[in-house]
Amino acid sequence: MKTSTMKRSYLSETAKKLKPSGIRKFFDLASQMEGVISLGVGEPDFVTPWHVCEASLDSLERGYTGYTSNAGLLELRTEIVKYLQGKFNLTYDAEDEVIVTVGASQAIDVALRAILDSGDEVLVVEPCFVAYSASVSLAGGVPVAVPTSAESEFKLLPEQLEQKITEKTKAIILCFPNNPTGTTMSEQELDNVADIVKKHDLLVLTDEIYAELSYNEEHVSIARFNGMKERTIYISGFSKAFAMTGWRLGYAAGPAEIIQAMLKIHQYTIMCAPTMAQYGALEALKTGMDDVNEMVKSYRQRRNFLVKSFQEIGLDCHLPGGAFYVFPSIKKTGLTSEQFAERLLHEEKVAVVPGNVFGEGGEGHIRCSYATSLSELQEAMNRIGRFTRKYAV
Amino acid sequence: MDNKTVELLEILEKNGRIPIETLAKMLDLKVEEIERKIKTLEEKNIILSYSAVVDWSKAIEDEKVTAVIDVKVTPKRGVGFNEVAERIYRFPEVKAVYLMSGTYDLSVHIEGKTMAQIARFVAEKLSTIDSVISTTTHFMLKKYKHDGVIFEPKKEDKRIVVSP
Ligand SMILES: Cc1ncc(COP(=O)(O)O)c(C=O)c1O
Repeated sequence: MKTSTMKRSYLSETAKKLKPSGIRKFFDLASQMEGVISLGVGEPDFVTPWHVCEASLDSLERGYTGYTSNAGLLELRTEIVKYLQGKFNLTYDAEDEVIVTVGASQAIDVALRAILDSGDEVLVVEPCFVAYSASVSLAGGVPVAVPTSAESEFKLLPEQLEQKITEKTKAIILCFPNNPTGTTMSEQELDNVADIVKKHDLLVLTDEIYAELSYNEEHVSIARFNGMKERTIYISGFSKAFAMTGWRLGYAAGPAEIIQAMLKIHQYTIMCAPTMAQYGALEALKTGMDDVNEMVKSYRQRRNFLVKSFQEIGLDCHLPGGAFYVFPSIKKTGLTSEQFAERLLHEEKVAVVPGNVFGEGGEGHIRCSYATSLSELQEAMNRIGRFTRKYAV
Repeated sequence: MDNKTVELLEILEKNGRIPIETLAKMLDLKVEEIERKIKTLEEKNIILSYSAVVDWSKAIEDEKVTAVIDVKVTPKRGVGFNEVAERIYRFPEVKAVYLMSGTYDLSVHIEGKTMAQIARFVAEKLSTIDSVISTTTHFMLKKYKHDGVIFEPKKEDKRIVVSP
């Protein structure tokens, strides 16, 4: 008989305390079933534009297979700066105000590690991307939820924000257009938030990875307002706009002091983002805007289709201004979001993500991604309609 | 033409079978508005026909034979190339005719049951037209992409079923 000589658990308290992502749980459930139509995917259904793949292949052929500078290829950083200036009117210096990261995910991680001391509070506007709270905890900070609600279409209201600010609040994480709600903020609405941020001397991490996927109005970044650049870390990446999720490439831009601190951490932990991916990204920024526009057009049509279809079957659903998610309320069915998602999966083989995994305020809703072909969306809506009729909607 | 009409055409060009109700939702218009737009587009000959792109190699044993023929012609005074093009495109086996720049003048795409049938068409119908100076026939061996449609698409969705 084998006897264990292990007398203790080797896991850190941090690792033990970390909650597994609710998305993971749902993935395990859905991936065991056959013939599922998935509205659960948070990534484009388009493949990366071929010329971007080609540029990456070409970089390999030319032998660019070593490390790049820690902050990323200067050529790529320069292109990112041009892009941010041209598109969103943001001004950065490619030399010391931009770093290229392994996805927006890593940018969020290094940013938090660069700014947080143990016990610092970070406001997380919920419902939101599942990684924020965990990343704050991993960096030693304390995540504090700021719930938004369906009544205000999940926009962040200045009062909601101000209520949660304490002595210990150091930063706030924003994400518009939002995952999972698709909510966008207008220039005026953001300006009001910026005023509170300045009044309380906070830092802002703004995750604008869905900026290109804005359907109603031009995207506005909070970094653009007076006095905001010096207190904003702008985070984005190539995953969503250019359909490059697997490339793991993102970036952060901000005041030199913070970016240089991030660079130290990045340099010790990652060295640099993958070189071949950086060459692909360079091509994407230089010549990929037509591809983006084509994809955006198609997303907008599908969003319209999905929102109208939800309204038709009797579920309340606001028209989101961006990203590729709709976030209808399922309260009329009398089910919790988790029950709804599980039963829908078992009874009709449609995968959606229960809203509660995205934090406070997400309960009573489901996230449906429309990064799926129109024919699948049509079939999914037939099935969801059949499902909700059973629950007397 | 307004943006939504252009968008409608783009959608229909890719897939002519999307139900009117779906089109209405996608473009945020009423069903009647879509119907009216489509009717007008058809009346104005902007939408000329609806058809399916078929991979015949999968549908029937002996596939059709397709050839592209480069044709040199002497243009006629007053009517240029139009007259000879018209004489050619009226043949039912001719699927497409284009006026080209470069070393030849007309590109004629024809479809037949057998190679012999195409050979006969070239020898007896095409080359005997007065203004035709020469023809060069190329047979198509395999269709990879036609009218923007890839014939053996790798359709499998490689994404995981649920992701952040
Ligand atoms: C809001 C948000 N931020 C960041 C990410 C991760 O992006 P990346 O692939 O660049 O790491 C996602 C992915 O779903 C997201 O939804």
